[in-house]
Parts: sequence; structure tokens; C-alpha cells
Amino acid sequence: MTHYIPITDADRREMLKAIGVEQIEDLFIDVPESHRFPPLNLPPALSEPELMAELNRLSELNAHARRYSIFLGAGAYNHFVPAAVDQILRRGEFYTAYTPYQPEISQGTLQAIFEYQSLICALTGMEIANASHYDGATALAESAIMALNVVRNRRKIVVARGVNPQYRAVLRTYLQGLDVEIVGDETPGASIADALAHVDEQTALLIVQNPDFLGRLHDLRGLGAQVQARGALLAIHFDPIALGLFQTPAEAGADIATGEGQPLGLGLAFGGPYLGIFTTRQKYVHKIAGRIVGVTKDVDGRMAYVLTLRAREQDIRRERATSNICTNQGLMALASAVYMSLMGKRGMRMVAEITYQRAHYAAKRIASLPGYRVLADQPFFREFVVQCPRPVAEINAALRAQGIIGGYDLSADEPQLGNAMLIAVTEMNSPAEIDRLVAALAEV
Amino acid sequence: MNNEEPPIFTYSQPGKIGVNLPAAGVETTPLPTELLRQDDLAGFPELTEPEVIRHFTRISQRNYSIDTGFYPLGSCTMKYNPKLHEEAARLPGFAAAHPLQDEELSQGALQLMYELQTYLGEISGFDAVSLQPAAGAQGELTGILVFRAYHLDRGDTQRTEVLVPDSAHGTNPATAAMVGLKVIELKSDARGNVDLADLKAKLSPRTAGMMLTNPNTLGLFEEHIVEICRLVHEAGGLMYGDGANFNAILGIAKPGELGFDFMHYNLHKTFTTPHGGGGPGSGAVGCTAALAPYLPGPRVRRRDDGRYEFFTPEKSIGRMKAFHGNFGMLVRAWTYIRSMGATGLRAVSETAVLNANYVRVMLKDIYPQAIDRICMHEVVLRGQIAGAPKDVRTLDIAKRLIDYGFHPPTIYFPLIVPEALMIEPTETESKQTLDHFIATMRRIAAEAVETPEVLHAAPTKAPVRRLDEVRAARQPILRYDAAAIARLQSE
Repeated sequence: MTHYIPITDADRREMLKAIGVEQIEDLFIDVPESHRFPPLNLPPALSEPELMAELNRLSELNAHARRYSIFLGAGAYNHFVPAAVDQILRRGEFYTAYTPYQPEISQGTLQAIFEYQSLICALTGMEIANASHYDGATALAESAIMALNVVRNRRKIVVARGVNPQYRAVLRTYLQGLDVEIVGDETPGASIADALAHVDEQTALLIVQNPDFLGRLHDLRGLGAQVQARGALLAIHFDPIALGLFQTPAEAGADIATGEGQPLGLGLAFGGPYLGIFTTRQKYVHKIAGRIVGVTKDVDGRMAYVLTLRAREQDIRRERATSNICTNQGLMALASAVYMSLMGKRGMRMVAEITYQRAHYAAKRIASLPGYRVLADQPFFREFVVQCPRPVAEINAALRAQGIIGGYDLSADEPQLGNAMLIAVTEMNSPAEIDRLVAALAEV
Repeated sequence: MNNEEPPIFTYSQPGKIGVNLPAAGVETTPLPTELLRQDDLAGFPELTEPEVIRHFTRISQRNYSIDTGFYPLGSCTMKYNPKLHEEAARLPGFAAAHPLQDEELSQGALQLMYELQTYLGEISGFDAVSLQPAAGAQGELTGILVFRAYHLDRGDTQRTEVLVPDSAHGTNPATAAMVGLKVIELKSDARGNVDLADLKAKLSPRTAGMMLTNPNTLGLFEEHIVEICRLVHEAGGLMYGDGANFNAILGIAKPGELGFDFMHYNLHKTFTTPHGGGGPGSGAVGCTAALAPYLPGPRVRRRDDGRYEFFTPEKSIGRMKAFHGNFGMLVRAWTYIRSMGATGLRAVSETAVLNANYVRVMLKDIYPQAIDRICMHEVVLRGQIAGAPKDVRTLDIAKRLIDYGFHPPTIYFPLIVPEALMIEPTETESKQTLDHFIATMRRIAAEAVETPEVLHAAPTKAPVRRLDEVRAARQPILRYDAAAIARLQSE
């Protein structure tokens, strides 16, 4: 008996009798006797107050955004999360529901996903969005699988060097069994033009990221037409916050656009759960992975929402499905829908603008420090590369002592940049906080 | 609950905003005008905070959930989601920590991950655990990629087939196909086990492995499990365990000891992390020492000085996703295991199996059991009621349950059982709830005979009635479009 199990001893006796067995162990006679009831060597159970104390202890062993100034990004960003978002996530009606397979009693989840799809389409300019993937990296990997199914008999994927290195790694993991060549990102410092040069008659897809991993904004207008002229598709991995101000993947002619939805109200959460955003053209709707919600009517003519076009999915199509995905990140899609609704047209633009302005303020201040050089020959949004007078690990150790989590150390990914740090600035970094960072950098 | 709620876009009025943001407060840098988007976020709504909260609260009330009722959805383990876990995952050191911050600044998170790896390994009898996969299907993909890497590493290049029973979840064959392997389907025998003769006939030097859910999707423990594992191993193949039904065997049996080489855990089923209306989940995986070098990284290990660090196994298949897995789900699963302990976990499975068998014996005289055996955590019945018209189908029974306030069981799965009703009560339901459900199922069976039209018309008490799913697919409206919705409503 535990506080989560509402069956009493008397209930158990009565139920065993109804079943026709003497004792509970008799229900497990199909388990080979030599393997039945193995001991579990686990620590003793803790009461709720004891557990909360232990959890608090572990939590406080971590640095976090309430105690540190965070200038680290590289795919996870410390953006503002309005209090209203979590209030909605805490509703048991949402978070303790399953996938909406019974639409009559799942209209809440279905409507939320439909609104999420609609908001993502408005944000990206793309025609359709699915109900989510695990994260930005897996959404990007699924874009390659979709392209291989759309563009028949081509087995080459070109990925630009500017795509997040973890995402490029996931892409390679996903495709390792499929006899596909992945090229375009081998050379440090390679540009989008370099990647485009790899696109040939064997290529199914070109993948680029904008802003790229180093934070740089690219003018991609016309890129879609160039790629499509070679018979391939274009996928753009976007940043949802940057889209408050900057060029959409649709304006660049993307066939597929993927994004990491974490900045849309999800918080840092030590890496997850995040949100894989996947969008494409209407004409590819039968080729995409994952769930999609559409609108219809019930027998009384009332408007209603339902999972649709399900003949693509694994539970129906089995080995011929477009993907094996089942569980997705539904609650995170809800969080981002609440976030985007709160922000609205003006808020999305404001967050992008505050981020842009503060990032540029930080870049200018750091550029004025002796020994530091900011690589700003191209426009950037929220992140920029700083070449430092000493190894980044040493600088970050010094910042840590002042309650600052410094930027991402690029020495492993882009060694040609020397002692280079990728600094991220958001609307959560106040001007005073930026000044403290600059002062600390000046001291090290 | 029956209040209709219009799409959020219909509330929009120009100039409204639902957040209170700071001024930039720095000198202004001009924007690169040639890079700006051209459409001013056309289609984005504009609302205030109270309007947004009311909208989403109202639509939440149009949902069924565990917190509001019994949810006996087979193979989904819709058990209670403890509230402590929600507080735990929101502690700032977990919810507001950056995944790439220095390991020295992340020792609490790493310790929690290391301990969870250890606990999951102990509960399942495996040597190594990776917490990275985001969901069960991604755990499967991880496992089959590991099998492939293992065989290739040994120079064994001919193993291109994966054996999958005909009762398996759709994710199993879909996963094998994603790895470029051929799916070979195995028959089930009359007792609901894998047909051993069929297995023997299909094992070959091409066998990369077999994917098996145990207990299987008939809710039955595979009676020849040790023999199956031996046969697959003798043929040079590996055994994958789909952990969807692990809630039946905590402290009852360890898959690693039964002969499995690899399995995924659905932390969102067995270990109570919420399903969230379709996710996020967590599909952590465990395996034998022989397969550990191929696991995805990063995993966590404990150094000699007692500190924790990430590492990537030497022959790793690579990353499955960015960062370290769905960490928030890991916090909840860790909390659950520490809350239950060994005795509590065994009580979970014993009670889950007790509850399922109680439902089984109380209903099988009316709803025939697919295979008449003691079941594990779920029971598969058939919606074929003696004396009812032929057009009363399982779907009608399921929809009628909605009118009585229950979420229907899983229906028409497994595919090998006609008119299947797959009922998984879980251990977190009381006998009163089960008795109420049983009485309702019996009442619906009587209605099926006496007033079948009531079943065909059901549900009538839900927010909406049965839907025109064909229209949804033939004329898809997949994003808010006021004109298309107006057309739909005027038809």
C-alpha cells in the first residue's frame, strides 16, 4: 500500500477471490520460476518531505538563471517565460491527457494543437506545420528523410557548416542505416555558397540554418529557386524569436522549415523537454511525419477538431510509415502556443528587437576592450563570436567566480577561430548585467 | 465542458498585447532593413493576458484527463501523475539550468541522471543505460541502430532482417524500416505467444534481431521467453525489448535476466511522467555490457573523486537528439523511484496485474477474452456481445463509455484480435472505480441488445458528437482560415 495505490488489503482479498487465486503471486505463474521476483537493490523509499529536501539539495548544486547571469546559448536560450504559460501547463486537463485519439473528449488538446499549427504557419510564412517533433535536431533529421521520399532516386544530403554541430550529428545518426551521403559541412568556415556548390543531380536536400550557429543573419532570398532548379529541396532551420523581425523561411523559398521551439516560453530545463517545429508546403502533406490536426464537423454540424491524414503514421502504415514517431512534444507545443498568443504581433517583434539591440550593445562594448575582437563583418541577431586574449575555458572560469556563465567555447567546433567564444544576449540580460560582463572580461 | 470556444484568432484586436516587456535601454543600432520580414507577422493574433488565460482554460475543460476520470487505455499506462513530481521538475536548478553550462556547475543534475541510470539498470537487469532518447519510438530507433552497429563492428554484414510479431506496436516495424532493415513478421500461436515453429523457420544468418514486447500487446506474459531469447541468440541475433508494458513486471522479472539484450523504458508510462496530451515522453534505454560501447552519448559516469561527468561511449552510434534527453522527465522518474522504493515498485506491478485480472474475470462472460489466460497489467477482450445486432461494433461500445464518463479503452489493437478492446486499469484506480466501470460495461452490453441505436448515436454527452473524419482528410483545413471555416459551417 502506498499513497498512490488505492487498493486496500480487504479489496485485494475480495478481488483475488473473484479471480479464483489464493494469493497475488499466483498471477505470475507464466514468469519462469527461476527469474520470478528478483530482488531490487534500490535505496530505501523516502517520504515526501524527505524527497523534497533531497531534490532541493540537488537543484541547488546546479547553477541556474536565478542565481547567474547567462550569456550562453548555442541552441538553448534564456528568454523570458511569462508566468501565464506555466499556469496553463499545470492544468491537469492538459498535462494528464493522452494523445487525442478519441476526438469527442479531446477537443482541448486538438484545438490547442490546431492553434499551434496556425501560429507556426503565421510565424514562418510556411503553408503547413505538424504537431511537433522531439526537438529542433530531430525535426531537421526528419526533413532529410522526407526529402529522400519526395525526391526519388537521389541519395545525397548537403548540410551547411553553419548548422548547429549537434544537429548535424543527429542527422548522421538518423541516416546511418539508409545508404545516404551527407556532405557540405566538412570544411571549417565553409559558407552557404560553398554548400550550394555541392548541390548536384544526386542531391535530394540542402539544409541551412538562419541565423547560423555563429549567430549570423543571411539574406537567403532566391536560394529556394536556385536549389529547386537543380531538382533538390531546400530546408531552412530557423530561430522562432528572430522571426519576430527577420526574413522568413517562406520568403527564402524554403520547401521545408524546421526550428527549435525552446525560446517560445519553454525555459532552459537543462536541455529538455524542448519542441521540434516542422513546416513544409501543402503539396507535401502526405509525405510528412507525425501528427496533424484538421477541422471538421460533428454529426450535428458543430465545428470540431480531429487528427487527420493518419494513413502516413506508424500505427496504421507500420513499416511503410513516413516515420516511426508516435509520442511527440504535445505539451511543449501548447506552451509555445500560449507564449505566442500572449506575445502577439507586437510582443514577438519587441522580444526580437530588445534581443537584437542588447546583443549589439554587448558586442560594441566588448569590441572596445583591449585584447578582444568581435567578428561582426556580417549582420547578427542574438549571438556573436568574440576572439579572446586567453583560452575560453580560463575566461569562463573567471566569469563563473563572478556569477556569470560565459559564452560557448568554439575551440572544438571551429578551431580556426582561435580562442573564440560565442556569446548570446537576450532580453533577460539587462544593460547593467551586460556592463558587469564587460567589466569582468576586462579584468581577466 | 460543453461550451464551444472559438479559435483564439477570433478574439484579436489591433494593438493588444499580453506581456509586459522591458525597454531595450541601450543605445540603438540600426536594423539591417534588407533582412527584415516583409509581412509584419500577418495572421498573428493580438490579445491581453486575461483573454489568453480564459481561452486556454476554457479549451482545457473540453478535454478528458487522468485527473478527471478513469482512463483505461491499453498499452498506454494512464496512471496517476504525482503532483510532487511537477514541483520537483520546476525547481530552479533543474528548470532554469543551461544544458551546456560547465559540468562543475551541473553536479546536481548529473548526479540525478547517474542515479536514474543506475536505478533503471537495476530494475531491468541491464549493465548500461542511456537517458537520451526522447520517446519510446526513439528508444527503438536507438536500439536497432545499436544492433546494426554491433553486427557491422564484428564484420557481420549480412544481418538485414528484423523479426517482429504480428501483435507488435506499429512503431516496431516502422523503426526497423527507418534503419533500412527488412521486417519479417512472426505469427502468434493459439495461447497468444510467439509461434515457435514460425520463429525457427524465419531465423537465419540474415537475422539482425527480434523486437518483442513482454508482456505482449495481448496483455500476456510470453510463456517461452527464455527459449525465444536462446533461439535468437543461437542464430546470432539480438533481442530487443519494447518496454511499453514494463508496468506489469517491476520487481516481478528483469528483462536482462530473461535474455533480452536491449530495451527502452517509457518513463511516461511506467514511471509516471505525464503524457501531456501526446508528449513529451522519455524513452531511456538499457542494454548488456556487450552493447554498451555503442550507446548514444552523452551518458553520465562517476569519477574516482566522486564528481560526475558526461562521456560518450567509444563506439557510439552518435547523438539521438540535442543535449541530454528530456531532462524534466528524468527528474520526475527519479522522484518516483525514490518515492516508491523496491517494495513500492513491486506493489505497483502486483496491483496493476490484480486490477486487470479483476476486470477480466468480471467481464469475460459478456465480452469474450481474446485468449483465455491469466493476464498481466492489461486484458484484451472482444466487443462481440451475444445477442446484439451485427452492426454493434467495438467503436460503438467505446463511444457509449464516453457518455457514462469513462475514457474508452484502446480499440482495434492488437490488429490480430477482431473487435479488440484493450483495457489497462493501472494500479492507481480504486476497487470502487473498477466496479463502476465493470457495471457500466455490463450495462452497455445490455443496451447493445435492447437499444442498439443508443450505442450508434453515442456519444451524446461529450463536447462534440461523432465527427466527419472523411471530410477532415478530403478537404483539409490545417491552419486557421476564417473563410474556409465559414464555408465548412455553412455546408
